[in-house]
Amino acid sequence: MNHIYLISTALAYLLSFILYVRFLNSGKKMTGRLGTLLLAIGLVTHYFALLERSRGLHTVPYHDLYGSMSLFGWLLALTYLGLELYHRQRSVGAFVLPFILVFFLAAHLAPADRLPPPDAHGVVFALHVTLSILAYAAFALSFVLSLIFLGEQRLLRNHNLGDVVWRLPPLELLEQMSRSGVLVGLISIGVGTALGFVSVDRLEGQNSFFDPKYIITLVVLALYLLYFRLARTTAWRGARASKLCIFNFVVVVLSFTVVNFYLSHSHRYF
Amino acid sequence: MEIVLVGLNHRTAPVEVRERVSFTAEQVRRASEELRARGILEETLVLSTCNRSEVYGVPPESSHECAPGLSSFLSEFHAVRPDVLSVSLYHHYDRQAVEHLFRVSAGLDSMLLGEAEILGQVREAYRFAHEHGATGPVLNRLFQGALEVGKRVRTETELGTRPMSVASAGVKLAERIFGKLTERTALVLGAGTISEQVVSQLRDKGIAHLNVMNRSRDRAQELAQAFGGKVVGWGEWDSALRTPDVVVSSVAADDPVLRREILERAMATRGNRALFLMDLGMPRNIEAAVGELYNVYLYNMDDLSEIVQQNRNARENEIPRAESIVTEHVGKFLSWQASVELVGLVEALRNRIRDERAAFVRARMESIKHLSESDRAHVEKLMDEMLEKLLLEPAQRLRGEKELRRKIQNVEALRDLFLSNREKP
Repeated sequence: MNHIYLISTALAYLLSFILYVRFLNSGKKMTGRLGTLLLAIGLVTHYFALLERSRGLHTVPYHDLYGSMSLFGWLLALTYLGLELYHRQRSVGAFVLPFILVFFLAAHLAPADRLPPPDAHGVVFALHVTLSILAYAAFALSFVLSLIFLGEQRLLRNHNLGDVVWRLPPLELLEQMSRSGVLVGLISIGVGTALGFVSVDRLEGQNSFFDPKYIITLVVLALYLLYFRLARTTAWRGARASKLCIFNFVVVVLSFTVVNFYLSHSHRYF
Repeated sequence: MEIVLVGLNHRTAPVEVRERVSFTAEQVRRASEELRARGILEETLVLSTCNRSEVYGVPPESSHECAPGLSSFLSEFHAVRPDVLSVSLYHHYDRQAVEHLFRVSAGLDSMLLGEAEILGQVREAYRFAHEHGATGPVLNRLFQGALEVGKRVRTETELGTRPMSVASAGVKLAERIFGKLTERTALVLGAGTISEQVVSQLRDKGIAHLNVMNRSRDRAQELAQAFGGKVVGWGEWDSALRTPDVVVSSVAADDPVLRREILERAMATRGNRALFLMDLGMPRNIEAAVGELYNVYLYNMDDLSEIVQQNRNARENEIPRAESIVTEHVGKFLSWQASVELVGLVEALRNRIRDERAAFVRARMESIKHLSESDRAHVEKLMDEMLEKLLLEPAQRLRGEKELRRKIQNVEALRDLFLSNREKP
């Protein structure tokens, strides 16, 4: 297997992370722009790494845990880049890049599973999986943004500003970015889940409509809808909404781990 | 190098002297013209701010010799007794003058370390002098370097990034919470000097709405009119606290005017929308327990003063980085001066002349067929000797030129006349 894409992706993400940290520390615009550029380069090479791996194994990236993790990392990077460009805010890059890097490395350093292909296949199924993973990536981003919000808010309320607070985005912008992430996640999971039901419908008789994964996905959807409603206009805005966002992500992680591994019959790594 | 600087600043002169020696734009123009007309300086630039008045120049003679004349001129121009002025004036020459200007431009010589305004003032002084033809090659290069130093120090260090006054620290904190203040509302309690400072800062940041509440309605009206705000009746807390994002309080009162119950009610009606409270009163105007309320950020005078002190320390830590940029650019300026010392120019001229000679000989020898190879070589050698002799004298004169300004002019004229852009060293 050609490792050039793996190495260049890892290098691009690592350098991007270093530049984002330097940007956070120094505030130099050029450093931040270079960080973004390297992230974009990493996204492109990561795409080719995914493609190459899929071709090598003759299957889709989400066929095994590591492919799913890598795809998750790629979609996380893509969502973050989209939010960064939309909100014109680079200061959180230093906090998001480690997650992207860890998911990418963890996925690609381990050997592939030897599993039978999933029952469902085709474009609808592929979209269902990709949109679901995109939703989880967007929720993960909101989780990170909520953590930053709580940390910064704590520093501001305790009058303990230090050096970092002056570099972090304003609290309201963090809230907006978090809501944007959740919006992307909600749309993705909504459409993705609907497409999932379409896929199940096409496999009549093979899958149960009582798969626990369906229930927890609907719970996740409801929780994030609640967050979206509460965080915008009500007395919950601010720290309470951020805590709810963190709680919601814990549920997502449960869905990804406990439900997928032990309870679901038709979901493995997505 | 022949650069002279005579001036005074907040460190060397009390405010009464600084006031008398400051220049208006018209005075800057007149002083520059007079200095050149009297032959004291050939190039001049006057930098006059509230904290400094400095005259930079290139003298026709030695810089040390022209300094007393420059001091007398300042004394006469501003009608200040020479003995009063002389104790406040400093004189810098050559390298020290360059270093001083670069430090000024970097904000290292300012009363408020790293202040941003000075760079704009240096830029404006240079633009003015340049437009009025008061500068020449030396000061042009010097001030372009100074502007570059100022820009680099501000982008590469944190010398000027953090707020250094209580008012600006408060406004910066509001931006940490809300981001841009252009769609925000502020309520100002009290209409004293501190309130005015904060309001001025908020207006600079483009705050959308400004409400003023004061016990004396007339004074509130004055402040509101001055900054384009509106007056709110004293004590109408429920309506007054419904809209603002930022509340600035500086009221002379023995007891807190904003109590927890008032803010609790207000937060309930606001749906817990974030509220930043700046308590600049002494004694405090806002009950400390208010800071415990959800989504309320309360900062009093001590909190803000501590932030200013932290920022001052942070700025001081940046001094070595800023100084190293200054040193680097002083070195660059000195290198430029060295380039004026004909480095490469004579060699480039010699090559140009040789090329021309070779082309000329080739063209002419075509028609003189009877010359042998050795004759041709002899003719070429003679021509080389003659051209070398022609070049020798002007090169020696240029090398011997003591006056920097004339040397630069001559060198630049030679380059422009005889060398194409590609050949210029």
